[in-house]
Amino acid sequence: MTVNGSTQEHDVEPRLLLVFYLREVLGLTGTKIGCDTTSCGACTVLLGGESVKSCTMFAVQADGAEITTIEGLATNGDFHPMQQAFHENHGLQCGYCTAGMVMAAVSLLKEQPDVTEADVREGLEGNLCRCTGYHNIVKAVLAAAGTGGAA
Amino acid sequence: MTAVIGTRYSRREDAPILTGEARYIDDLVVPGALHVALVRSPHAHARVTSVDSSAAAAMPGVVAVYTGADLAGEWAGPMPCAWPVVEDMKSPAHFPITPDKARYVGDAVAAVVATSAVAAKDAALAVVVDYDVLPAVIDLEDSLSDRVVINEDLGTNLAYTWELKPDEAKVDEAFAGAAHTVKERYVQQRLIPSAMEPRGVLVVPAPFGGDYTVYSATQIPHILKVMLALGLGISETKIRVIAPAVGGGFGSKLNVYAEEVLCLALARKLKKPVRWTEERTENTQATIHGRGQIQEIELAADANGKVTAVRVSLLADMGAYMQLVTPGIPLLGAFLYHGVYDVPAYSFTCRSVFTTMTPTDAYRGAGRPEATYAIERAMDALARKVGVDPAELRRRNFIPAEAFPYSSAPGLVFDSGNYDGALDKALEMVGYEGLRKEQTMRRESGSKKHLGIGLSSYCEMCGLAPSRVLAALKYGAGGWEAASVQLLPTGKVQVTTGTSPHGQSHETCWSQIVADRLGVSPDDVDVLHSDTAISPLGMDSYGSRSLAVGGTAVAMATDKVIDKARTIAAHQLEVSESDLDFAGGVFSVKGSPDKAMPIQAISFASFTGHNLPDGMEPNLRAEASYDPPNFVFPFGTHVCVVEVDEETGKVDLLRYVAVDDCGNQINPMIVEGQIHGGVVQGVAQALFEEASYDEDGNLLTSTLADYLVPSAAEMPSFELGFQVTPSPTNPLGVKGIGEAGTIASTPAVINAIVDALSPLGVTDIRMPASPQRVWQTIQEAKGAR
Repeated sequence: MTVNGSTQEHDVEPRLLLVFYLREVLGLTGTKIGCDTTSCGACTVLLGGESVKSCTMFAVQADGAEITTIEGLATNGDFHPMQQAFHENHGLQCGYCTAGMVMAAVSLLKEQPDVTEADVREGLEGNLCRCTGYHNIVKAVLAAAGTGGAA
Repeated sequence: MTAVIGTRYSRREDAPILTGEARYIDDLVVPGALHVALVRSPHAHARVTSVDSSAAAAMPGVVAVYTGADLAGEWAGPMPCAWPVVEDMKSPAHFPITPDKARYVGDAVAAVVATSAVAAKDAALAVVVDYDVLPAVIDLEDSLSDRVVINEDLGTNLAYTWELKPDEAKVDEAFAGAAHTVKERYVQQRLIPSAMEPRGVLVVPAPFGGDYTVYSATQIPHILKVMLALGLGISETKIRVIAPAVGGGFGSKLNVYAEEVLCLALARKLKKPVRWTEERTENTQATIHGRGQIQEIELAADANGKVTAVRVSLLADMGAYMQLVTPGIPLLGAFLYHGVYDVPAYSFTCRSVFTTMTPTDAYRGAGRPEATYAIERAMDALARKVGVDPAELRRRNFIPAEAFPYSSAPGLVFDSGNYDGALDKALEMVGYEGLRKEQTMRRESGSKKHLGIGLSSYCEMCGLAPSRVLAALKYGAGGWEAASVQLLPTGKVQVTTGTSPHGQSHETCWSQIVADRLGVSPDDVDVLHSDTAISPLGMDSYGSRSLAVGGTAVAMATDKVIDKARTIAAHQLEVSESDLDFAGGVFSVKGSPDKAMPIQAISFASFTGHNLPDGMEPNLRAEASYDPPNFVFPFGTHVCVVEVDEETGKVDLLRYVAVDDCGNQINPMIVEGQIHGGVVQGVAQALFEEASYDEDGNLLTSTLADYLVPSAAEMPSFELGFQVTPSPTNPLGVKGIGEAGTIASTPAVINAIVDALSPLGVTDIRMPASPQRVWQTIQEAKGAR
């Protein structure tokens, strides 16, 4: 598969989840594990540009796919507009949900560039945050929507 | 130089997090580390009769399997409880692996050590444990009856009775002469803190040097170090504790846990790095829970609704064991059951019992949300009885602004406040009069969609805490905080703090405090923390203490640095210190502004030591430890507006207005973020969350699929307003804000629901107010009419 633009080839156990492949085989620990029931969304990555919870699929299922993790979002040392929007709007506190939240938000704006507050709230339903109360996350996504957050 | 305190300075913590660079406990890679998996009891109460580990021990990758008996020689003592609230408190001996019986579902009965996490978990499933199952105790009143005594050696389930009764005769007299009384019973359900990052620990030993580096997802690296040394008989000088990036705590990581002690013991025994990462189901079962109280509150009032006495009786759920501060949690609320009201007579009793459920301990607010809930619900009940608007009843009872500092009947001194101001502002923001009119119109039209408006006027004691007060409450440590500030040779500033942030933005805010005083850019100030080797003195982060206590220590250390710099400047400029001005980071001679030295030049001079006053030590560095003379008392009024569907029981949050006063604000953006998150946790208690147990003591909400942490879809945006009444307690004039939102919001929501449904005869609703429960409550109220 291609991860953040580089080709990766490994023989893996069939039971290895994609999130463990990313974290333990590739060392991309920016993607987090917060639960074991696919409820929290901390492990959200982009697969072919669409958000997927990387604990819900096996690594072998992503064979040949193009994966983007939080490590692959910034370009040439510059924040992606969504990262910038989270920073400017204080959309993160402890940061544990942030990677998944940012990836889910990028995917949301790609599918639906003109979002309302209700769309954002509905669209991020699968990602839990315990710190921010979501207020500033929603604000950040709305701000990014106005500045090319889907790019 | 423009002011940096009070500005929305953007967070320096963000970049590593937003790029995936920040390393949390499970992101740390240590070659050769062994992994621990725990065999946990599936029974709430059961004697362990045998553990057969032969099959597990033979599995691939397994290094060892240990029972409680195998490890008995490792412990220097049982797991610590730092807050024995009374002399004769009962407490069962608690060990990382239970040697005798399991006291809750999740209690560890064996540990498997293997070369990978997967191998350890597979083998844990192969350990065969025989149990003699005993009856579960999950009801607090049942526990109190001692029908089943969980710990035979203690003879009772009653852990302690704690009373605060300054003048019982006065209370009795007030009730005897009252025109109105209310007596309410509320249930504070158990909550699961649910930090998004589960716990984890990694111990790296240096077997020949005899020292250990302990990485843990903890709020309290300093306290943990002391407790690990005591608990395992290791010299404190040989333990270094590091809290890496920590993904939220909310009190749940303010503890010393079995797994932390176990991993250090195993690293010592096996002479290898040992790690354990918590799964979410372990988090729900074996990390502490919060709340868990049955509250009885009585108010006596005169004909106008002026409250003359408050009498409170609590029954508090300790769970299976006393964790670090379990017994003290009800005491943190014990002084606050009169809320923001001037009440002359006060009586408080708490009885605390053991059950066969997960231990309880600090969860955001810890004791103070419970107190605020009880008084704010009871004030609404009193308003209905007296027949006045709840806002008006609050006004009649507020401690007046001119009464501060206010000595309360239970014995606190409230530092500063303006409760009327916060209420007025909140009512204006929400458009209270208009909402009441709309509510009346809806009621008259027979609408099934009921509008409810709920108020919560709160204050809380935080900034834990004056050490002498903690001594009086029998807490085992002090409440000070420490910091150091050092100007480096290049003029950059390095700060160490004893606070241990896990989302609260201390790096950003402390740099603002230091930069403001030194007259440098916050970008030139770095803040180091959460490593006992770098910042050896500290009491860590909990109880909304970090700014009011830790931030003050940072300010004090900065001032000491400035004082020393002034002496050096005077020496080098050959003037007296009183002839110097200090502004914008530059010392200049009064009347001769060209004779000046920037603080960076003084820093370099102190580094070279070439030309310092006689006898002065080189280097521009200072330390400070600050023990606060009092708590701080943030306050405010929150207003929640709900629509309740009579036919489905569904509650919609239409609006949420919060007016908070935490004194001076270092960074309003951070303050707002703390309120947003705090409010949602309190709203979640009101509407969604409960750790539910079946009668056999099984936790039914052991995953995030069952335990309803709200998502963005269930929450509205918030309307925040502020008032600033500085605290006279500390030189920054600040109060804590980390817990205020949680403390205020729960009663605002429930008061709104009860307000909405009061025409149907509803006077109470048990939390969480799920649609089913609201619907049932409506049916019961209708049936009773």
